Amino acid sequence: MTALTIVLVLVLLLVVFGLLFRLQILTSIFSGTFTRDIGMSNSVNAILMLVFMVFGGAWFAYSFVENFNKMNPPIASVHGHEMERMFWTTMAVIGVAFLITQALLFIYSYKYQYKEGRRAYFFAHNNKIEVIWTVIPAIVMAALIFAGWKAWTRITGPAPKESVVVEVMGKQFNWLVRYPGRDMKLGVVNYRMIDAVNEFGFDLSDNAALDDFTTNEIHVPKGVPVLIKIRSRDVLHAVYMPHFRVQMYAVPGMPTRFWFTPTMTTDEMRAKLGNPGFNYELACNQVCGGSHFAMKATVIVDEPDDYQNWYAAQESFAKKNPEVLAALKQKPAATVSQVAEPAEAKEAAPSPLAASY
Amino acid sequence: MSDMAAKPNLSPSVQEAQGGRGSSPVPATEHGDHLHHDDHEHHDQHWLWKYVFSQDHKTIAKQFLITGMIWAILGGTLSSLFRLQLGWPEGSMQWLTPFLGKWIQAGKLNPEFYLALVTMHGTIMVFFVLTAGLSGTFSNFLIPLQVGARDMASGFMNMLSYWFFFLSSIVMFSSLFIETGPASAGWTIYPPLSALPQSIPGSGAGMTLWLVSMALFIVSQLLGGVNYVTTVINMRTRGMSMSKLPLTIWAFFLTAILGILSFPVLFSAALLLIFDRSFGTSFFLSDIYIAGQALSNQGGSPVLFQHLFWFLGHPEVYIVIMPAMGMVSEVLATNARKPIFGYRAMIGSLIGISLLSFVVWAHHMFVTGMNPFLGSVFMFLTLIIAVPSGVKVFNWLATLWRGNIRFTAAMLFSIGFVSLFIAGGLTGIILGNATLDIQMHNTYFVVAHFHLVMGSSAFFGLFAGVYHWFPKMFGRMMDEKLGYIHFWLTFVGVYLVFMPMHYVGIAGFPRRYYAWTGFDAFSQFADLNKFISIAAILAFFGQFIFIFNFFYSIFRGRRATQNPWNSTTLEWTTPVNPGHGNWPGEIPAVYRWPYDYSKPGSEVDFIPQNVPYSKTQSSNLPYEQDMAE
Repeated sequence: MTALTIVLVLVLLLVVFGLLFRLQILTSIFSGTFTRDIGMSNSVNAILMLVFMVFGGAWFAYSFVENFNKMNPPIASVHGHEMERMFWTTMAVIGVAFLITQALLFIYSYKYQYKEGRRAYFFAHNNKIEVIWTVIPAIVMAALIFAGWKAWTRITGPAPKESVVVEVMGKQFNWLVRYPGRDMKLGVVNYRMIDAVNEFGFDLSDNAALDDFTTNEIHVPKGVPVLIKIRSRDVLHAVYMPHFRVQMYAVPGMPTRFWFTPTMTTDEMRAKLGNPGFNYELACNQVCGGSHFAMKATVIVDEPDDYQNWYAAQESFAKKNPEVLAALKQKPAATVSQVAEPAEAKEAAPSPLAASY
Repeated sequence: MSDMAAKPNLSPSVQEAQGGRGSSPVPATEHGDHLHHDDHEHHDQHWLWKYVFSQDHKTIAKQFLITGMIWAILGGTLSSLFRLQLGWPEGSMQWLTPFLGKWIQAGKLNPEFYLALVTMHGTIMVFFVLTAGLSGTFSNFLIPLQVGARDMASGFMNMLSYWFFFLSSIVMFSSLFIETGPASAGWTIYPPLSALPQSIPGSGAGMTLWLVSMALFIVSQLLGGVNYVTTVINMRTRGMSMSKLPLTIWAFFLTAILGILSFPVLFSAALLLIFDRSFGTSFFLSDIYIAGQALSNQGGSPVLFQHLFWFLGHPEVYIVIMPAMGMVSEVLATNARKPIFGYRAMIGSLIGISLLSFVVWAHHMFVTGMNPFLGSVFMFLTLIIAVPSGVKVFNWLATLWRGNIRFTAAMLFSIGFVSLFIAGGLTGIILGNATLDIQMHNTYFVVAHFHLVMGSSAFFGLFAGVYHWFPKMFGRMMDEKLGYIHFWLTFVGVYLVFMPMHYVGIAGFPRRYYAWTGFDAFSQFADLNKFISIAAILAFFGQFIFIFNFFYSIFRGRRATQNPWNSTTLEWTTPVNPGHGNWPGEIPAVYRWPYDYSKPGSEVDFIPQNVPYSKTQSSNLPYEQDMAE
């Protein structure tokens, strides 16, 4: 009923509008103002072009400045600073192109509006000009491509050997986090072993998996390269950490990775921003279902010493869930994993945590 | 004013040429040399064959246009709904219950339905409005009229093209009303989300209908595309060489080629997805544990789907924008009363864009886990597109320079197009840079970018086309004043919506988020989001001025004259209401390029394409003089 009423009101409004419009046309015909000449309206539109440029430009400048601080998330990674510089340099370049072309567009529109008796200038082509405005943008683009390519190669290149390793697994709708434990080796996981307890799918028949531990928050040390290994166990997700300028999809069946070096601890950033509630956040940035918008993890950057203490205090998954290990021992043959990463799985020589950096 | 009082004193030769040879409309009985006189011009033709199952390209064009408009209203309505959610995440939507039923629970929009809204908005706008509604309308309408043909190469295939589109529309529309809701995995339908109904209800029957609808749509596109290409290649009138084609035709021609080469790839992707969904194959699925169950699928790759999808998906954005570019070039030249600047450079840049459009698809996938080396290659190829795009913009600006501009509604929308294309295109330089895309990927920066450069721009091209060719379509003029109001409302509205969206994006707010409230990093823009929503909803309602103007003018608009814009191209040499076959007499021959506006030495400020050089001795350039003799 409400729906019908609303639709009816809209239709009636349209009819009233139509009648008014018709009335206006009829009166203008009778009063003789219904002209077909290029007249007033042409110059009004020409002036509006200028007005739009001036006021639109002013509004844009104002709102840009007004929001500038809000739109710049604080940066907390080494490559983030580099990206930020490149971003604003590129913005400056395209900003210049934007200003020049838009200004010409509106100024020409105003300046060359129809004038009685004037004739447009017959100017069909000029190859020299075409070459100029092909070559100059090409050079600018070449520079941008080169800078982008160099940074891209560096950022996506292999992680340094001394990197700390964290693995993140996306699932509907939260992030699972695991660390390699004391042996610094991530054990084999197998999606067929996933259940309500073993959410990650640990294959405990692999020795390297025995000391792996899972956490709710992601802890990483400051000033040390961090390699995030990324998995998904159901649909696509994406690890997006805006403060670290990190983004990589989580793809079921295809582990991905991204490495970065945090530059500020959570506490330092809280102090800097004057916001004691601040936390680095990890957001899912590839649509993954109804609660996609709430798929979040917290990242905590610690001083290296704090990180080591925290790391040492964690209890392995196998220890926390002895029943998983027990179940495995009952039927060992069936559960030995056939999948993935045999090299990593085999050599499980324990090494002290401190040796890594 | 539209009629351009500057009613020039047409020289007799021009007047004659304008009407085509034997200009007075030929009585229906006198078919004479009319080569194409099936049963079409008999007055006893049944309305069903005349208006519904018509094979006349002009009628089919109108069918595409009106279907596209209905879709656009629906697509816009969906966007208003999710803008309500984004603007007022805490607000109650109880009042929408009569329309949305169970999708509103306790006054809140269902988050899964939110995803359905964005998915359907994207699908509808990209495919049904800006591909079928834009290219379907104007390729159909203008190709035969501007190249000088009686109709498309195959009128029957052309009719099938529309009716496949219609079927596809029906299927997609019906998916809105099913129990589990329409497709909800985003318009890019990435598996596994789109493959597994366990992951989201919309991936059940809704997704099946989406895929069926898209398969039908692709058939429609291919039937249309083959027709457009064939017509342009084979059916040009005498003298209409490729280098005398209006830029509209070049744009439609290249668009059709892109469609023919890329849509089949989407078809294959859809087919493989159907197999994964229904027949247990593993093209895109591997290692999945969902809803308490480990699936048996192994060895597939979700990234493979993305490659297949974007191999269509990227050319698709050029399929959307190139017809608009062509029409805007035409309208700018006509109303600036100047030749388009750099005609050959314009064709060259269209060809360049077309070629490049096939080798840039993976810039949508920089951070999907694709090999970073590929990322470098695609960054290089992607950023090169800025060069031909820049050439086009500079040529449009040069066309306005020292012109004598008449601001018709079509001209306003064309200028608006250039402005929006610049604003949206430039941010592509940021997104095409793989390094910067790490941060910007899938944020509102992307949303703002493509809504400006292909969404709004293409819409502006569509509006320019409708205002400009309305007199040819319906024999009447649209109301200019309403056109001005429509333009300024929309132009201002679009900027108010999409400029601030960049800020939200730079801050990293991800797209397809039901609410930003869960994250501290994205929650600082509550006011801005409200502002964007208000602007978007107002701009959307502004479009009803156009809808009103359109339908009002079909029936009550001022009667058009034969060539209301004093344009040079062939469509204006047909009678005001051309019948099937377009020209009552012989098809005019073409002697010159389509942009002889304000030529020095000519009495009038335009010389139509069908005026031979021998009749314009006073304005001929030296090499043209040779041709005249």
